[in-house]
Amino acid sequence: MSADLSGLTFLDRPNSYIGRSVPRPNARRLLEGRGVYVDDVAVARLGHVAFLRSPHAHARIVALDTADAKAMPGVIAVVTGPELAAVCTPWVGVLGHFKGLRSAPQHALALDRVTWVGEPFCAVVARSRAEAEDALAAIMVEFDPLPAVVDMETALESATPPIHPELGDNLAFERVLDVGDVDAAFRDAAVVVEETFQFGRHTGVCLEPRAILADWAAADGMLTVHHSFQAPHMMQDILCKHLALSEGAVRVICKDVGGSFGIKVHIYPDEMATCALALMLKRPVKFVADRLESFQSDIHARDHRVTARMAFSAEGDILALDMDDLTGIGPYSVYPRTSAVEANQVVNLTGGPYRHQHYRARARVVLQNKAPTCQYRAVGHPIATMVAEGLVDLGAARLGLDPFAVRVRNVIPDDAYPCAGVSGIKLEKLSHQAALAKLRAMMDYDGLREEQALLRQRGIHRGIGLAAFIEITNPSAAFYGVGGARISAQDGCTIRLDPQGGVVAAVSVTEQGQGTEGIIAQIVATATGVPMDQVRVISGDTQTTPYGGGTWASRGAGIGGEAAWQAGKALRGNVLAVAGAILQADPGSLDIRDGAVVDAATGTERMPLSELGRIVYFRPDTLPPGVQPEFVATRHYVPKDYPFAFTNGVQASYVEVDTETGFVRLLKHWCVEDCGTVLNPLLVDEQIRGGIVQGIGGALFEHCLYDAEGQLLNGSMADYLVPMAGEMPDIDVAHVVSATASSEIGAKGAGEAGTAGAPAAVVNAINDALAPLGARVSRQPVTPDVVLEALGLI
Amino acid sequence: MKAPDFAYARPASLDAALALLAEHGEDAVPLAGGQSLVTALNMRLSAPGLLVDLNAIPELAGVSEDEGVVRIGAMTRHRDVGTAALVRERLPLLAAALPHIAHPAIRNRGTIGGSVALADPATEWPACCLAAGATIVVRGPGAERRIAADAFFLGLYTTALEPGEIVTAIEFPVPGDGAVWGFEELSRRHGDYALVGLAATGRRSAGGLSDLRLAFFGVADRPVLARAAAAAIEAGDLTGAQAALADELDPPDDPATRAATRLHLARVVLGRVAGRMRDGTAKEETSHGA
Amino acid sequence: MAPESPDRAHAVAFTLNGEAVRAHVPARMHLGDLLRESFGLTGVHLGCEHGVCGACTILVDGRAVRACLMLGVQADGATVETVEGLTESGRIRDLQDAFHARNALQCGYCTPGMLVTAAELLEDADAAASREEIRAAIAGNYCRCTGYHAIVDAIAATAEARRDGPKNSRREAAE
Repeated sequence: MSADLSGLTFLDRPNSYIGRSVPRPNARRLLEGRGVYVDDVAVARLGHVAFLRSPHAHARIVALDTADAKAMPGVIAVVTGPELAAVCTPWVGVLGHFKGLRSAPQHALALDRVTWVGEPFCAVVARSRAEAEDALAAIMVEFDPLPAVVDMETALESATPPIHPELGDNLAFERVLDVGDVDAAFRDAAVVVEETFQFGRHTGVCLEPRAILADWAAADGMLTVHHSFQAPHMMQDILCKHLALSEGAVRVICKDVGGSFGIKVHIYPDEMATCALALMLKRPVKFVADRLESFQSDIHARDHRVTARMAFSAEGDILALDMDDLTGIGPYSVYPRTSAVEANQVVNLTGGPYRHQHYRARARVVLQNKAPTCQYRAVGHPIATMVAEGLVDLGAARLGLDPFAVRVRNVIPDDAYPCAGVSGIKLEKLSHQAALAKLRAMMDYDGLREEQALLRQRGIHRGIGLAAFIEITNPSAAFYGVGGARISAQDGCTIRLDPQGGVVAAVSVTEQGQGTEGIIAQIVATATGVPMDQVRVISGDTQTTPYGGGTWASRGAGIGGEAAWQAGKALRGNVLAVAGAILQADPGSLDIRDGAVVDAATGTERMPLSELGRIVYFRPDTLPPGVQPEFVATRHYVPKDYPFAFTNGVQASYVEVDTETGFVRLLKHWCVEDCGTVLNPLLVDEQIRGGIVQGIGGALFEHCLYDAEGQLLNGSMADYLVPMAGEMPDIDVAHVVSATASSEIGAKGAGEAGTAGAPAAVVNAINDALAPLGARVSRQPVTPDVVLEALGLI
Repeated sequence: MKAPDFAYARPASLDAALALLAEHGEDAVPLAGGQSLVTALNMRLSAPGLLVDLNAIPELAGVSEDEGVVRIGAMTRHRDVGTAALVRERLPLLAAALPHIAHPAIRNRGTIGGSVALADPATEWPACCLAAGATIVVRGPGAERRIAADAFFLGLYTTALEPGEIVTAIEFPVPGDGAVWGFEELSRRHGDYALVGLAATGRRSAGGLSDLRLAFFGVADRPVLARAAAAAIEAGDLTGAQAALADELDPPDDPATRAATRLHLARVVLGRVAGRMRDGTAKEETSHGA
Repeated sequence: MAPESPDRAHAVAFTLNGEAVRAHVPARMHLGDLLRESFGLTGVHLGCEHGVCGACTILVDGRAVRACLMLGVQADGATVETVEGLTESGRIRDLQDAFHARNALQCGYCTPGMLVTAAELLEDADAAASREEIRAAIAGNYCRCTGYHAIVDAIAATAEARRDGPKNSRREAAE
């Protein structure tokens, strides 16, 4: 950790806000109902768009007659795929670094063929959403249904027609990794355990549905887009490309966003269509997905079947891991980040905490006529963690060893870093051993085992489940940029000191509730010496912030925060240089604390910032000769030392299984997480808690259920079960801190850790509870059906 | 998800409401609590020409007792049904069912009459009516009719209501001495529709349980009185009762829950409820958690 | 009242956040849309429009209801309160402060509905507001961000403060 001008490090600046649980300044307006989400933005002459969506999983559009719809009350326009294609070009979701990844061109409105239930192919713009929906019913369409690919297990068989004939088959991507001598390791192993894991496709269900408002002001030559989205600059770039506009003609604004979780970082045909419609109609057009179309058209994720084996020595060393992953995506790889990333991460991350040297993995990504899938919080991590942690428990049981002890024995030691994981991932500094030790104490593991044993005698079946995991955060350009994606891995912060002594910080990372703006304010206040209530943060506007990547892959604090820290230090340096000249003191002997220039050694106030501001902005005639103040500073940051800043953690779940009904009760949950410097414990812990519950959703409740015709059967809030307060446990969170040396603030990411480990912890706990009954589950979500089948009761 | 267009009327009297329903026939739909109907309208699953709002008709809400019968007006909100002193004292079965009905905001607005008229097979009030041997009072173009619960629930969202008729009240006989009751509902989450539920009434004496009425919900296209199971319980044969359920119940197969699961859960719930009623621990036990 | 033909708007008059207001509303427009569009009360959030997510929960005649499951025309003669009104009156100030201090909100989309639901719970004399009761009361308010633990903490802290705190002064303020 490097020292700043006064010889102080990031963590011990006076009046530092770093590491303090400061409540978020921008939360106040949300509490008062004064948030501004896209649907709250008032604009004159607004047209509302509703989309006609495919009722078939796969069909040719034979005829489309929009004449009656155009005549309906309130209708401004009815636009078909071919008409829109004149304004918006198609895209293909492939990147160069995923060798062999294939997909087909996708249009904003399907032209003559629809490929999943919910795919939009016609748009009605009307004066109200209700009138637009009325007009949808008046559109005449004739389909010629085509065979639908809805079973990933048979998607690659020769009898299954390719969704895109030009691709020849339905294989979008395949990756094979073979390290060491896996076959020898299994041959020589004392114990080999094997399991087939099934993961139910599920989706994000952001409470604020996807929403976009595009306003083409022809006189200004400006397209302004209000977007519920995570990456405004990426959207700006893509709009320019596909709508043939220059960068300066597109402004994307992401103000309050009602949850995103990765769902809102991808390109959606209906959102692109909305922007194209604004250009065509030369008026503002708004699209807000209703909940039913959200379920059908938001990206889905995590539809995997993994067969895996783990080899152990007699003493319990993990020798090798061999894995085959099959995942079914949609009919297109999603643009621009591709739908290959999830499987790729499963290959990279499975078994990541452990020190085995032999690893073989194959992942195949197959196209299906179902909703497209792409990155969703903790991309691939929950699957990778479940596979390894499930096998570890199986091995421990077979060897008669305690599952905690097996993990302690096999994690990469804390003093082994820097090193590489067996899949080739570069690890700077993790703390599996320290985390495990902390968890054991925190949860009173031994006490719980005693309690479990006692209750078992009374026929009460409780289980303890553990999950050690690693998480990808703070990605460099290795994630997307190297593949040709115009997705920025760097971010910037511009900070300006105003005459009254307050600062305004514009930053290119964005806020969706995780506390980005609060963290930036804390960092800026600490770096500049200005009290936090005098710091205002601006984010989410391509016109007013530096250029950057936005928030995803747990990068906001680590990357945006470092940029803010560096900019703050630079501004402070500029300010002290001028102050020194005015006060005739060495700038090195001065500091800024609590809004005033002070003597660094004694803390004695020399001049309030407001006085310095008055002189600099209003009386520059009184400045010493040769002094040119620059009370604005910009710095950018991109991680360079490592492709990713890996973090580590371990979770535990304590459950009770009602072995008569198959119901699972979550009694308690724990997580020890090492995300490097903890900038704000309150915010980090809440991210982890939220992530854990989101993971529990996939483990127990959430499943996008399709029938044999590719119809989504449970696409409403009544039928698709999200975790609610009545069933969720209290969650204790603690930390180990291994700061990254890649930045001065040393913060890694923390946004996805909860989701990465929670399903494995819960499912392992369920299996621990069922073990005495000879029952085991390996399919998520673990519903009462699944438990009762395992118990042989149905 | 914006509702289609419809006309709207809010009559101030029951006669006016019935006249409107008679005049417009199938094109008119009564609006009670709206918790189900407005959902259907928003989803465009329903497209009536006229909505007849019953919320301004004064005599349709309220809880009263007269000669051994508790009368609950159809427009009484779920919450007011379950918290009324009369219900807590005289009809503890209903009070026990209340916390399972959806969530506070739904309970504040939804009505018992609306629920009974909708007859969703996975909901609580129809099963409670069946278990308690209630009488559903209806008014239409003709004279008032009183229909026994046994004869009211005919199928999926199908009741004995004739066109133009609405439920005006439900009358529950006050249980006498020795009366016992039981209630249990299994759902994945608080407030969800039941996977399986059981509302039960009976009498307990030294000889065991008698006059058992076991009304299952969530296990068929309507609430079901499991008569053979009840007879077996009265004879002291729980195993036989649980086996009998296979013939008496016809659980649906749905994408998330197999019919076999519901049947199994019904057996478990039967054992638990019957056990509590027999042993005198008539306190209802909730089973939540995934 | 004779049935109106489609397209004709209905006149409604009601009390909204303490003010007497009027509007003309098509029968099919739900109360949530009426409050958002005609009165600019965008603190009423729409998350599902089928009554399940709880984001649109407001107070009507003193009780928590789903704004998406009432028609706007049904507000006629009623007393309607949204999070904006409850903020201005100060009635949920302690609850908002507790939410803020505990970070019981992240994206803020569930928050207005959650606050209204919590407000009703806290003002229910019969409710003991244990953690379990709190979880049951908010079991119909979906939050994707927080995992609920912090929300339960904030509501519990507020309940405790109201129990132990100066009840007289709060009653006076309400009067």
